[in-house]
Amino acid sequence: MSKLKIGFYWASTCGGCEVAVLDVNEKILDTLKVADIVFWPVVMDIKYKDIKAMGDKSVDICFFNGSIRNGENELLAKLLRKKSRILISFGSCACGGGVPGLANLHNRRTVFEKVYRESVSTKNLPGVIPRTCSEAKEGELTLPEFYDTVKTLDQVVNVDFYLPGCPPPVDLIAKVLQSFSSGTNPKKGSVLAPEISLCESCKREKGNKKIAKVKRFHETALDPKKCFLDQGIICMGPATRSGCGEPCLDANMPCTGCMGPIPGASDQGAAMIGALSSILGIENEKEKSENDMDQLVGEIKDPVGTFYKYTLPSSIINRRVK
Amino acid sequence: MADERIGVYICHCGTNIAGTVDVEKVAQRIAGLPNVVLAKDYKYMCSEPGQAMIKQDIRDRKLNRVIVASCSPRMHEPTFRKAAQEAGLNPYLVEMANIREQCSWVHMKEPEKATVKAIALVAAAVAKSVFDEPLQMREVPVTPAALVIGGGIAGIQSSLDLADQGFKVHLVEKTPSIGGHMAQLDKTFPTLDCSACILTPKMVDISRHPNISLLAYSEVKAIDGYIGNFKARVLKKPRYVDESKCTGCGLCAEKCPVNVPSEFDLGLGTRKAIYVPFPQAVPLRYTIDRENCLYFKKNICRACEKFCTSGAIDFGQLPAEVELEVGAIIIATGYDLYDAGHKAEYGYGIYRNVINGLEFERLVNASGPTSGKVLRPSDGKAPRSVAFVQCVGSRDKNANLYCSRVCCMASLKQAHQIKEKFPGAEVSIFYIDMRCFGKGYEEFYERVQQEGVRFIRGRVGEILENPDDKNLVLRFEDTLLGEVAEREFDLAVLATGVIPRADTSELQSILKLSRGPDGFFLEAHPKLRPVETNIDGVFLGGAAQGPKDIPDAVAQAGAAASRAAVPLSMGKVELEGIIASVDEDLCSGCRICESVCEYGAIKMKEKSGKQVSSVIEVLCKGCGVCGSACPTKSIKMCHFTDDAILAQVKAVLRD
Repeated sequence: MSKLKIGFYWASTCGGCEVAVLDVNEKILDTLKVADIVFWPVVMDIKYKDIKAMGDKSVDICFFNGSIRNGENELLAKLLRKKSRILISFGSCACGGGVPGLANLHNRRTVFEKVYRESVSTKNLPGVIPRTCSEAKEGELTLPEFYDTVKTLDQVVNVDFYLPGCPPPVDLIAKVLQSFSSGTNPKKGSVLAPEISLCESCKREKGNKKIAKVKRFHETALDPKKCFLDQGIICMGPATRSGCGEPCLDANMPCTGCMGPIPGASDQGAAMIGALSSILGIENEKEKSENDMDQLVGEIKDPVGTFYKYTLPSSIINRRVK
Repeated sequence: MADERIGVYICHCGTNIAGTVDVEKVAQRIAGLPNVVLAKDYKYMCSEPGQAMIKQDIRDRKLNRVIVASCSPRMHEPTFRKAAQEAGLNPYLVEMANIREQCSWVHMKEPEKATVKAIALVAAAVAKSVFDEPLQMREVPVTPAALVIGGGIAGIQSSLDLADQGFKVHLVEKTPSIGGHMAQLDKTFPTLDCSACILTPKMVDISRHPNISLLAYSEVKAIDGYIGNFKARVLKKPRYVDESKCTGCGLCAEKCPVNVPSEFDLGLGTRKAIYVPFPQAVPLRYTIDRENCLYFKKNICRACEKFCTSGAIDFGQLPAEVELEVGAIIIATGYDLYDAGHKAEYGYGIYRNVINGLEFERLVNASGPTSGKVLRPSDGKAPRSVAFVQCVGSRDKNANLYCSRVCCMASLKQAHQIKEKFPGAEVSIFYIDMRCFGKGYEEFYERVQQEGVRFIRGRVGEILENPDDKNLVLRFEDTLLGEVAEREFDLAVLATGVIPRADTSELQSILKLSRGPDGFFLEAHPKLRPVETNIDGVFLGGAAQGPKDIPDAVAQAGAAASRAAVPLSMGKVELEGIIASVDEDLCSGCRICESVCEYGAIKMKEKSGKQVSSVIEVLCKGCGVCGSACPTKSIKMCHFTDDAILAQVKAVLRD
């Protein structure tokens, strides 16, 4: 049997996903016994023309991380789709849009204004803003088009599997490499992580959920044995897929939702908003005025960043409209 | 889901819908949607021929979904469900699109836009219907017994009505005796019957009725279950007197050395530490007031024990808990009196000659603390002038907005009694509006006017006391004369309003009942279901639902009994098929649903090593709160799944 050919690509993202691949440590050697890495820009010198030269479906598995922020991301996504037999949406940004997806609260113009002109650390006296095409002494220079809207990988190409996480958990990566090298392919379109919510694997003691007030970390001493929600701390666990290995919970920090939604609740943020709004201030609810309610809700700082930290582009309402 | 055969029926509702919406155009557009086999418009879908058309089509055209675009489902959803059922279609495969209240009536002046909206609403119903699944009503047996909470006139009436029909009734009363406020009243308006004379025979009936078990000096602590099958835990407070031995002779009270203010006489008279609240109490059993008894306070005395000839005193008595199984519950907890002390400008509780209406009743009552003599509390003299101040705590944005409904007539009756006892006395009633709406009330008002009572239209602004003779100066605006004036009176009677009982919240949380903005328990429908509540099998009798005079309280209590008798005599109840269900594999056991369920219908259970939520089907009302709160979407709200709702949203937004 010939060796599997695998590739990695990094689109609009921080790059942590690729570091996570290295975190599998010596297990990568097992992988290399059965697989050749044919394409990995972060560690190998490779040019567009080299990819174009590859035969269609010649890459067995392509791990694509990052969201689709600009023309180059989309071009590569389409190209790699063509060249790969199996395309895995790898990491939170590729799967749900990730943190870069929060830019959907803005558009190209406002992002550029902020980054290139308004930001206090930027010195840009002529106020230059990137253009797709500009004249220079050396001739015409081009840049990929920066989109108004950040998309997920599966919004531009068909995806075979999803492996979420920020970054994807090492255990799951190792398991995926193992299973593909042994030839046991999971069901197409599936998420390569457990089909349960984080609450189910969480060991913390769960009480009756009636949140009187949403608190921030500095406002309370966190009991490491008790459910965060019971302590008034927003934890995305109820609406988040398990499989991360719970490093945040072990560090006494609540889940921020990087593993994305659970099957059946495709809009992770909406699921959590529905849950939280149902239990917030529920005690003596009828005696509360609208003002009291506004105040309770007002205690949730940065609601979109809280509920849609990793999934704004993949949610039902995926960007700011006006 | 490929073989949906949808029939759509667009109702003209006479001109109610067709006058605004182009119903033919709606039918045409809808007929072109996928899976729609036919789309018809008709003058009155709810009429016999309209229903017959639907039934015929279900049979002939093999329809398996029916959409009726007409009025609100509130009235006619049962009609069309029944029609579908008669034609062999599961009733839950009928969808309604409300194109009257939500379209033609609100867009009367924009017929074109209304038509576009009607098309969208019907298309949404079509899109949803594809996701509808056949559901079944559920039947549960009913325990043929009732719990009546509260032993005032309403609770007494409800209990007797149910018991006379042959149902077992458990009547729970918080205080040592039944009778309620009515027992405190002297005469009743407008007939001037003696209140106790008409009440006490009914109280005795309660104690003798073979179907009634009276639990006086008891409180309902918890209620579980659902219509037909409630379980109530009732705490019997210790009387320290063995009820089975006490003969009610009263020797103990005679010998008891402790005098304390009597609650029944509102503190105007005294009682002993071992007491019955009033001579006609039912059950006529004595009760030791632990707070004031010398034995409990100082471990001395025991006079009652020494003198009791039947050995009924039992200082070691403990609270006892009783569990009752009933099929229906009637709430007849009555009302409290507004505390006039909140209206500081009237000096109630400071000036001794300012009293409230109920205190007047005790003073004028022959068995009251003054043996029926209305005397000024400050000096025991007969008053030569009496002022009645209306709407104290009622019709007042600083207290309660509602009208307490009894105080106008009560003051008229009391004014009449003053005139009767002291013909020369000057009696004035300060009012906003005189509300004398009941049978014989206006005539009584007329009579009191004839008797020389003065009526001054205007709210009293302030009452001041002359420190020398304790006379009262009322400052008021006479709005008919348009002048501000002051006048002196010997006695002022405040017509204090009626408010929800202080313990209403406790009972509300025990039963998960709703309350209106006035704080009283809320009926299921203000006009058509005035004695039902939002909880099936729980009914409201008397003033627990809102201020009522005796005739109204009795009528409401009787109505509650007859409504409660429906499930009791049916022997079984049908429960709605639209309920929540849990996918136990998906459930993470986060317990959010359990916290939000208003009906206590969700309990956690162990399932293959993990905690999962489960729906107690008979308790579930299908409200859907758990479904929307569930972060893993493992709770499915039958008939309103997320997929169905999203399909509706998409259908509405399509054009």
